[in-house]
Amino acid sequence: MSEAMRDAWGMALVSYGEEHPELVVLDADVSSSTKSRLFGERYPERFFNLGVAEGNMVGTAAGLATAGFHPVVNAFAIFLALKASDQIRNDICYNSLPVVIAGAYGGLSDSFDGASHQSIADIAIMRAFPNMQVIVPADAGQAEAALAYAMVQHGPVYVRLNRNAMPDLPFSADFAKGKAICCRKGSDVTIAANGITASLAMEAAEKLSKDGIEAEVLSVPFVKPLDVDGLAGSVVKTGRILTVEEHNLIGGFSGAVSEAFMKKDICCRFDSIGIEDRFTETGPYLPLLAAYGISSEHIAKRATALCK
Amino acid sequence: MDKGISELLADPSRKMNAEELAVLAAVFRGKMFEILHQRGTGHWGGASSCAELITSLYFNRLNIKADCPEWEDRDRFILSKGHASVNLYTVMAYRGFFSTGMLPEFRTLGSCLQGHPCMTKLKGVDMSTGALGHGISVGLGMALAARIAHRNYWTYVLTGEGCLDEGSSWEALMAASKYKPEHLVLMIDYNKVQLDGTEDEIMPLEPLDDKLRAFGWNVCPYGLDGNNTSDILRSFEWMDEEGSWPKAVIYNTVKGKGVSFTEGDHKWHGAVITDDAFEKGIVELNADIVSKEAAL
Repeated sequence: MSEAMRDAWGMALVSYGEEHPELVVLDADVSSSTKSRLFGERYPERFFNLGVAEGNMVGTAAGLATAGFHPVVNAFAIFLALKASDQIRNDICYNSLPVVIAGAYGGLSDSFDGASHQSIADIAIMRAFPNMQVIVPADAGQAEAALAYAMVQHGPVYVRLNRNAMPDLPFSADFAKGKAICCRKGSDVTIAANGITASLAMEAAEKLSKDGIEAEVLSVPFVKPLDVDGLAGSVVKTGRILTVEEHNLIGGFSGAVSEAFMKKDICCRFDSIGIEDRFTETGPYLPLLAAYGISSEHIAKRATALCK
Repeated sequence: MDKGISELLADPSRKMNAEELAVLAAVFRGKMFEILHQRGTGHWGGASSCAELITSLYFNRLNIKADCPEWEDRDRFILSKGHASVNLYTVMAYRGFFSTGMLPEFRTLGSCLQGHPCMTKLKGVDMSTGALGHGISVGLGMALAARIAHRNYWTYVLTGEGCLDEGSSWEALMAASKYKPEHLVLMIDYNKVQLDGTEDEIMPLEPLDDKLRAFGWNVCPYGLDGNNTSDILRSFEWMDEEGSWPKAVIYNTVKGKGVSFTEGDHKWHGAVITDDAFEKGIVELNADIVSKEAAL
């Protein structure tokens, strides 16, 4: 089990603060959860805790960005996507300002707090805003790489972070290029996994292999821009794709893949695992994911069905 | 250059006095009325109410360079009530940011004079606005940026009642009183009429000055007529003299100012100016210009 993304994110902010005087960090009274507090302790003059007011925090970040700063705003993903979406759209995206929107506790990772805190619509909202890039890291290393990527962009980037420590994936330089990362080669089915579901997909691939099905596992952190060529390259071999995400199936990663495939005339068998348009509930993280079909067993089962 | 103000605008960067500003505002108000009539779209009521405010800022107050709109040390201006865009565009054009010949392009396809101000389409616009209630937050960010970058520019945010109905404005007011950035000024175009009716009918804000003070702002104590340029210059002096930040100024104004049948009537918030209304209204606006010129 690796370091949690939020810990990696907080430390990465501190590390960037040294060499990047243009980095300013804002939080909405959850800095001990998002770990942006680490930056605030080190660089208090460039840290602003604006209270439980996500919209104002994002608007303030926009003002800072117009004057040459590169703000990173931190709050829970659900509250950024829903409470601050007006400011994210109109102040940040409309003007293509370089602001990093760091959505903490993404997906179901705030598992015990229940549906009010579980973010299953943020990807759909963020990817619908022109100029916005959307990244869903799979592990702590990808979270650090996402910050490195976002800090050299001239426009907005949404980074969805997970609360809990999840297994590490092999590091790949493909992340910095926005590419789908091939974690396992296979020829029977492509499992394209968004965010932390990549580690579950890897477990599923091991199970499938025992049954004689060789799955190619892609970790796909970039929902937008989507590496369509990388996905297509795998699907050309396998003829099948199973997308996996920790989000409502409406408007999320599988939606992005299917939209892109249709536009490019990429034909294949297609299935998707995610939240089936329902509100989620309280519970321990992995059992909660499993309750909605996001588990290695379920991924293996659906991949097997796709291969029949 | 329009006949009548060409002499005044020979050097638009010159700091004008109250009488000169009154003439310019009257001329610009007439120009706005003409543009909105020609285009058949736009917001007359809220643009007219702040004609003197925006004119006074651009021709007396703002430290800006029209030929270098992205100058880093420029004062910032955020028209949080972005529906008054025709006012901003008119003043910016006569201040030298772009040709006055472009003004008829307002709200046409392909124009940089978008329905609401867009900073990526028109240089000199400091923030794109339109969704109400964003300006104070953005202004706070700009003012904090000045602090941490050790710059001395001022940031002015102009709101109306609609902006203050939005909760995010009050979030920003609280945050500004926490961080107390230097040189952040909130100017309220207080015409007391909203889109659907009067402020009292839609969402009462009174006692506004007490509310602002309770949120930690230094509120200008004068009762000010925001359609009177002498009062506006008096408020500018107060901003310079008062040491405590952040500062707010409430300007009492009249929605639809300058045309008797539009004044104070919420129906003129964004109504189309018909040929008939234009013919009647422009007579009054021209008479006002003549009377202001006579006072020079």
